[in-house]
Amino acid sequence: MDNSIEIDHLSTYFYTEEGAVKAVDDVSFRVPLGQTVCIVGESGCGKSVTAMSIMGLVEEPGGKVISGKIDFSGEDLLKLDKHSLRSIRGNEIAMIFQEPMSSLNPVMKIGEQIMEPLIIHLKMSKKQARTRAIELIEQVGISRPEQIADSYPHELSGGMLQRIMIAIAISCNPKLLIADEPTTALDVTIQAQILDMLRDIKTNSNMSILLITHDLGVVAEMADYVIVMYSGKIVEEGEVVELFERPKHPYTKGLLKSKPIINQRLEELYSIPGQVPNPLDLQESCYFHDRCEQCMSICQTKQPQLQEVGTQQKVACWLYEEAVAHV
Amino acid sequence: MSEPLLEVNHLKKYFPITKGLLNRTVGHVKAVDDISITLQPGETFGLVGESGSGKSTVGRTILRLTDKTEGEIKFKGLDIHNLSPSELRAIRPKMQLIFQDPYSSLNPRVRVGDAIGEALLDHGLTSKGEVRDRVLDALVSCGLSSYHIDRFPHEFSGGQRQRIGIARALVLNPELIIADEPVSALDVSIQAQIINLFSKLQETRGLAYLFISHDLSVVEHLCSRIGVMYLGSMVETASRDELFRNPLHPYTKALLSAVPVPIPKLKRDRIVLKGDIPSPANPPSGCKFHTRCPYAVDICKHQIPEFREVGSQHHVACHLV
Amino acid sequence: MITTPTKLVNAKRTKDSPVKSSLFRQSIRKLSKNKLAVSGFVVVILMFVACFIGPLFSPYTDNKINMAMMNKAPHLKHWLGTDALGRDVLTRVLLAGRISLTVGLASMMLSVFIGSLLGALAGYYRGIVDQIIMRIADLLLTIPSLPLLFIFGALLSEWKIPTDYRMYIVMLMLSFVGWPGLARMVRGQMLSLREREFMQAAVVLGLRDRRKLFNHLLPNIVPLLIVIATLNIGGAILSESVLSFFGLGVMPPTPTWGNMIDAANNMIDFQERPWLWIPPGFSIFATVIAINIFGDGLRDVLDPKQKR
Repeated sequence: MDNSIEIDHLSTYFYTEEGAVKAVDDVSFRVPLGQTVCIVGESGCGKSVTAMSIMGLVEEPGGKVISGKIDFSGEDLLKLDKHSLRSIRGNEIAMIFQEPMSSLNPVMKIGEQIMEPLIIHLKMSKKQARTRAIELIEQVGISRPEQIADSYPHELSGGMLQRIMIAIAISCNPKLLIADEPTTALDVTIQAQILDMLRDIKTNSNMSILLITHDLGVVAEMADYVIVMYSGKIVEEGEVVELFERPKHPYTKGLLKSKPIINQRLEELYSIPGQVPNPLDLQESCYFHDRCEQCMSICQTKQPQLQEVGTQQKVACWLYEEAVAHV
Repeated sequence: MSEPLLEVNHLKKYFPITKGLLNRTVGHVKAVDDISITLQPGETFGLVGESGSGKSTVGRTILRLTDKTEGEIKFKGLDIHNLSPSELRAIRPKMQLIFQDPYSSLNPRVRVGDAIGEALLDHGLTSKGEVRDRVLDALVSCGLSSYHIDRFPHEFSGGQRQRIGIARALVLNPELIIADEPVSALDVSIQAQIINLFSKLQETRGLAYLFISHDLSVVEHLCSRIGVMYLGSMVETASRDELFRNPLHPYTKALLSAVPVPIPKLKRDRIVLKGDIPSPANPPSGCKFHTRCPYAVDICKHQIPEFREVGSQHHVACHLV
Repeated sequence: MITTPTKLVNAKRTKDSPVKSSLFRQSIRKLSKNKLAVSGFVVVILMFVACFIGPLFSPYTDNKINMAMMNKAPHLKHWLGTDALGRDVLTRVLLAGRISLTVGLASMMLSVFIGSLLGALAGYYRGIVDQIIMRIADLLLTIPSLPLLFIFGALLSEWKIPTDYRMYIVMLMLSFVGWPGLARMVRGQMLSLREREFMQAAVVLGLRDRRKLFNHLLPNIVPLLIVIATLNIGGAILSESVLSFFGLGVMPPTPTWGNMIDAANNMIDFQERPWLWIPPGFSIFATVIAINIFGDGLRDVLDPKQKR
């Protein structure tokens, strides 16, 4: 077993008044043990829904995991009953969110909130849990842990709260940490601290991280392996250096070119024309075709499949399909 | 040198902290504490800072969305905070604001065309017959289509809404646009579109921007001069090239090194700052940055560093420079 | 993420469909999907049609006394029987409905007008205007409205106001106690709208006060007003009935649902002649329930807080 988690042909739909939205459409990937995999994409690409599906947070009747398999230490998370899922959630798989403030209970002391999973999952006594909670607060780089443990969420800043969220997440030594835009709401200097800390924790505890973000800079810093999503599908994935240096998919290329980089100023930024297609109105085609500069006729009528190109890179684009290239 | 378009001199904005039944003032949040900015016509000044730095308050005080506490704001030679309501109203079209959140900055019940055109009518800048043409003109120059004119904001995506917000400001032929984090709510690919739109509009219309942002990479792209704020004070101002090549204040350096760069192999000497941004209600004594500064010495704790010129057009407030 | 689908608009799709979808039309469409609300609406409309048109087809008039037909149980000629003076109960219930519905509607309109005007002024100008208006409203809200109405009613009887005028005075009374709650709600809405970014944009654009108020603030309050107004009609009808039931509202011989149920005060009528009080009672019940159901449906569609 060298994978922490393996997602196989996952599809999650949401039902709106106007029709069904394929938020995640036949997505497969794996997170190897001790590695950081980043899912990157713009809003509405399905990256967060993927995380929610893994955590079993997609709730009917709004949405539903239509098909697929989520293999976590030999068990299919989608087939587990509520009780077993609950014992895995927060214990073996932990999750942190973008808004730490809304994930914490405002009327409960920080310390108690960290102790809760320890008591529930690890069956610690109150006293043990308290000691462990204080250790954890220290571990995420907060000074005066005793005092912080006795304060309420509103007394702490956003960066501190995100640290607390991480403390709660790692409290049960999870095998996998899912972080959904963990630094998006934070200032850059605080973001740098949190990313450093996540990296340290990962190395020290041999945890795997599934990091979901829209920020290519964060991806470059954190990821071992990158998955690029667009309109609910994976359009490209690969080892991080490979993907950033030799992106294959026109969308990945465009995304990388359109981000302004410090100390590399250009007269004009490249920008991908148009906007993300309406998820209610997706036709059988490459979903990126109407924004793509290299669009061919086949792109408008047929969906490309994810194909291996090179050793550690996969891309879903007709430009790389040999059969088509020959025609 | 010609008369500057905008002159902000020693601007202070304190928000009172009140307590108890009688609303006793027990202290002040010094949101903006002695800030000076000059902006020439057609220039772009970038105001950078993290949350709590007071950068948005500067923008709002310039537009007199809130009252100043002290200092002076001159726009085209007029003291904005001493104008009568009717004088202020008359000058409003010349200085416009673009908001961060494209969702809440448009009234959901007003059609796009009306939202853009109403100020023209209200100021008597155009006759009723010509409004539509002016609106269409603004829509098209912001990359929208003429058929968008009769739609409601909810029919648009975030990027398109931001374009509508820009068109709404643009139609009045402003000379100054204050843009408060205009791209930070947008996706990367849309962000680039809007940044390019800002550049294009500046070229074609000679606009001056006060560009407020937390994102140094965006600021570098758009702004010719940049000021870095920390807890209500300016810590460094310089031209773009100077600031990025030769940052002097430790905070500027830290900020520059903290921005994640999408180049995986790049290993940088990162300065990771300790601790949190202190609360602006209770800022540290002396240099406000000393609590997080890796180079702080004793003097930093007691004495407020002077904001002084250290090179041509390069100002910095640090004892160690 | 879940909400994005509705936010996204495909450029291509919009090009193909030039149909303007207004918020109003959207709301109607959503409302029509709510079966309960639609049935409530239908009942209200039926009630209005019956009361305002029904009596025209009745062979009887309101005040025609027929000693030969006193207290008859329902039969073919008098579907709902007759009362102690031989008047046709059905005709009277319908005519009473006219009064009750008119009183409900008119007092609602008046209180919505006063309430939203004062609330809007208080919320828009704040400061001293706000203080004065809201303290008056607070004062009125501290007095329980039913006893207040009773006192008014008693005064009316004391001053021997002609019955014809009483109906109008009852309307005024009901709006008088109705507006403070409304004003408070509108004011709250105004205060929160003022802080919205699009109102700051309106300041920066240098729009005139009149435009800010009428083009920006009011349209955002209208949905709330519609909901409150609808629900208020029910309340006004109830209050009028209560007053009239106690003989403090509209007086006989002008029929209203309230003073018709007064029959139930009489032990013999209550036990022996249920046709006297069941029809008006049922009318009140059905109308108020229908209005509330419809109002709830409206709220789901129009109240922005219910939307994500």
